[in-house]
Amino acid sequence: MANLIEQLNKVFDSRVRIGIMSALMVNESINFNDLKALMSVTDGNLASHLKTLEENNYIRIQKGFIGRKTNTTYSITKTGEKAFRTHLDTLEKLIKKHN
Amino acid sequence: MHPTEQDPSETLQEIRSIMERSARFLSLSGWSGVWAGCVALIGALIAHDWLQRLNWNPSRYTDLIRMKFIFLGIIIFIAALGGGYLLTLLKVKQQKQQFWNHASRQLVLQIAIPLLAGGFFVIGFLNYGNEMYIAPSCLIFYGLALLNGSKYTLTDIRYLGYLEITLGCICIFFPGTGLYFWAAGFGVLHILYGIIMWNKYDRKKVQ
Repeated sequence: MANLIEQLNKVFDSRVRIGIMSALMVNESINFNDLKALMSVTDGNLASHLKTLEENNYIRIQKGFIGRKTNTTYSITKTGEKAFRTHLDTLEKLIKKHN
Repeated sequence: MHPTEQDPSETLQEIRSIMERSARFLSLSGWSGVWAGCVALIGALIAHDWLQRLNWNPSRYTDLIRMKFIFLGIIIFIAALGGGYLLTLLKVKQQKQQFWNHASRQLVLQIAIPLLAGGFFVIGFLNYGNEMYIAPSCLIFYGLALLNGSKYTLTDIRYLGYLEITLGCICIFFPGTGLYFWAAGFGVLHILYGIIMWNKYDRKKVQ
């Protein structure tokens, strides 16, 4: 049990980061405001979590414009997808052991 | 709180919920189906009355009469869509969710594309006086639009799409009965769908 918990990815130790990854797993790309509404967090909070995920090369940022407004969208990378799947597998194993 | 400290099955449930909420717009109101169906039935009754007065004789369809039917069609479309929008907006407000998000934008876009294509077909048929193809193309393109949109909302909408497409295909082979098929597809099916959806999703929330 302790061993499995150690295997859990530390990057996904946050609810917000798990939320971002979940949303990006099923959507090609999502913009900042939609992610913010989905997770009900503040701008600063979301930005810092996005930064951590980007630094780990789990997500990719695309900067664009809609009219004059900046529109920043995020999508998952191959590395991110793999890491998240592994994390899910470990969570499932934990549940099985628990039962 | 750290997910590692919380129950892993809770974390998995949260993940599943976010995946669903972010990819699908789930707040479509069942009432909007009932509303759209009633509007369509009223419209069909009015059209039926007008046709009756013309003795169902195509040679009496003047440009003015055609314009009247187009106008009626546009009014029905706007009333059905507008009412459906308001009823859904009400449900979104009740659930304290966001109306305009990633999923709803995708839903609107994916439905609009086949619908617009269908609209051009209908205008074309009207233009060339091929009235018998109007009802089938309305039904088929609308069904395809629902099918296309079902990826971004309640999957049940797919079955409504299948039924509309089927009705449209049958309708092609019964010229002169278009209005009845149209009333069945846009009126009766919408009302039935709305009641089933309300029963399945909205009622549970009330209890």
